[in-house]
Amino acid sequence: MRLVDALLSSLGAIRAHALRSILTMLGIVIGVAAVIAMVAVGNGARERVNAQIQALGANLIIVIPGTVTQGGARLGTGNAATLTDADAAALRAEIPAVQASAPIVRGGVQVISGGSNWATSAVGVDQDYFVARDWLVERGRDFSEEESRRGGQVALLGQTVVRELFGGNDPIGAQVRVRNVPFDVIGVMTAKGQSMFGADQDDVILLPLQTARQRVVGTSRAKNRSVNQIMVKIREGEDLAAAEEEMKRLLRQRHRIQDGRDDDFSLRNMAEIQATREQSARTMAMLLLSVAGVSLVVGGIGIMNIMLVSVTERTKEIGLRMAVGARPLDVMGQFLIEATTIALIGGLIGIAIGIGIAIITAIQAGWPLLIDPIVVVTAFVFSGLVGIVSGFYPAFRAARLDPVEALRAA
Amino acid sequence: MSASPLIEVRDLERIYQMGEERVVALAGVSTEIAEGSFVAVMGPSGSGKSTFMNLIGCLDKPSAGSYRLKGQEVGVLGATELARTRNREIGFVFQQFNLLQRVDALGNVELPMIYAGIPVKERRARARAALERVGLADRMGHLPLQLSGGQQQRVAIARALVNQPACLLADEPTGALDSRTSLDIMALFQALNREGVTVIVVTHEAEVAAFASRVIRFRDGRIVSDVQQVPRDAAAALAEPAEAA
Repeated sequence: MRLVDALLSSLGAIRAHALRSILTMLGIVIGVAAVIAMVAVGNGARERVNAQIQALGANLIIVIPGTVTQGGARLGTGNAATLTDADAAALRAEIPAVQASAPIVRGGVQVISGGSNWATSAVGVDQDYFVARDWLVERGRDFSEEESRRGGQVALLGQTVVRELFGGNDPIGAQVRVRNVPFDVIGVMTAKGQSMFGADQDDVILLPLQTARQRVVGTSRAKNRSVNQIMVKIREGEDLAAAEEEMKRLLRQRHRIQDGRDDDFSLRNMAEIQATREQSARTMAMLLLSVAGVSLVVGGIGIMNIMLVSVTERTKEIGLRMAVGARPLDVMGQFLIEATTIALIGGLIGIAIGIGIAIITAIQAGWPLLIDPIVVVTAFVFSGLVGIVSGFYPAFRAARLDPVEALRAA
Repeated sequence: MSASPLIEVRDLERIYQMGEERVVALAGVSTEIAEGSFVAVMGPSGSGKSTFMNLIGCLDKPSAGSYRLKGQEVGVLGATELARTRNREIGFVFQQFNLLQRVDALGNVELPMIYAGIPVKERRARARAALERVGLADRMGHLPLQLSGGQQQRVAIARALVNQPACLLADEPTGALDSRTSLDIMALFQALNREGVTVIVVTHEAEVAAFASRVIRFRDGRIVSDVQQVPRDAAAALAEPAEAA
């Protein structure tokens, strides 16, 4: 018996019991759909995290003040006023690997423009900020050096603030007030979207560092020229870990910290955050993969079960086929191909559903549709293997039937 | 006769072991069947005629004795060779027709050729020819359920003929048919026999056996009689006006 004939015959048998065949396929369908969807969703999520990290700056190290002990009480990270403009400048000047070193102050403010107002965060920055964050001015211009240094009363708006305060109107040239200080809007930033922690990165008003510190965010920092954080961008191709070490050494030296004492600052880099994210994504993937695995095994058992029923039901047909010349191998092949065909059809349906889920998820979540053809092919081949393995025993039983007995069956 | 007979059995035995019990289905049968003959195998149920047919049809292997089909000893063949022998040398016709229900007449007739590995085109052509030969030229695309009992049995006969076997083996071929359709089928067998096909019909009905030229009777696993006779002509019987039963 040739393969084509066996295949046609098995398709006929599957069609004859359409509902039963579909129910039998279900396990395979779910398993394969889970695998395809899981991989696509995983890839999409990772791609988005990567894109977010890229948006934030991949080789970014953030320096924040560390803990200080005040009257016996240890305050939380970031509260100390130990980082200054001078630290930022020193990092830039003394470490060659540093491309940009942006001191930042920030605080929540109410921005008023004419009749409308909006609560947002004000961020005081210098020009390095735009380099460090890879963030460009969409319309208008950014701060001139003089405005940064001397504390000009100019502001750049994020897209969300523009929308909330000006609606569709062009804000450039308009005046906004923050804490009763008037600022001229000189530009609008490009849209940056959500951060990977879900915050709206466009809900922001950027002010020159000096102005923000002295007149907006709070006076306490003004005295010692302290900042909330320093955003450091390491040059492309430089070793991040080595640069981090250098930065630590320099800051310890500048802050006169003796050997054996803790740092009064801490460094965060995006790679670590990325690694954590990937770890949790991997855990999720393993979980889904085991669900898929269990589903495929159950699907295989289902196929075996139905094939055993089918062999029993069709004993007479097997007898007839043997009478007209089917060899044991032909009978075996027929049932094996039938089981495999069921599994492969299930696999195809599963692939279609999986891709469907991936497309819907990608559209909903707004990340690119990433379907790995290798995964699709592997899933297809694997469902075929499940068919072969689970069809083997029923096919073996069919092939071993005695023709006389089989013909006598009801 | 100088040539070896088509079928030659010597001291053929078939014994089943049913738990503790030994059931002797065939207790030493010897006979020969020449090519081109029309033989009826008769006997009550349990006489061994079905066992004999299973052995002749290469569905089963003897416990002892020898069976030569066209001079080839069958007892030594394995399952695969037995299947090939059934495919090429034997054409089975069953009481219940045993057609595949989801396949049309043409497809059913093609089945033995599928196992013979014959290419599709030739298969189609030969299946058509076989169906025309049994008078079903206009029913090739019909499913078994759309055919009458007699037509289904004709499909089965076409299927049995299509590989040009050495002999046609019919097990109660008219058992599920009314008397007129039975006559029809027997007339077909006689026509085929006149064309040179060897026909062996297993039956317990004397009316059916009347159409054969030789009748072998079984009882308790042995041949009790073996007679030549002048067969009744089924075609002529069909032509006669319907008699009162």
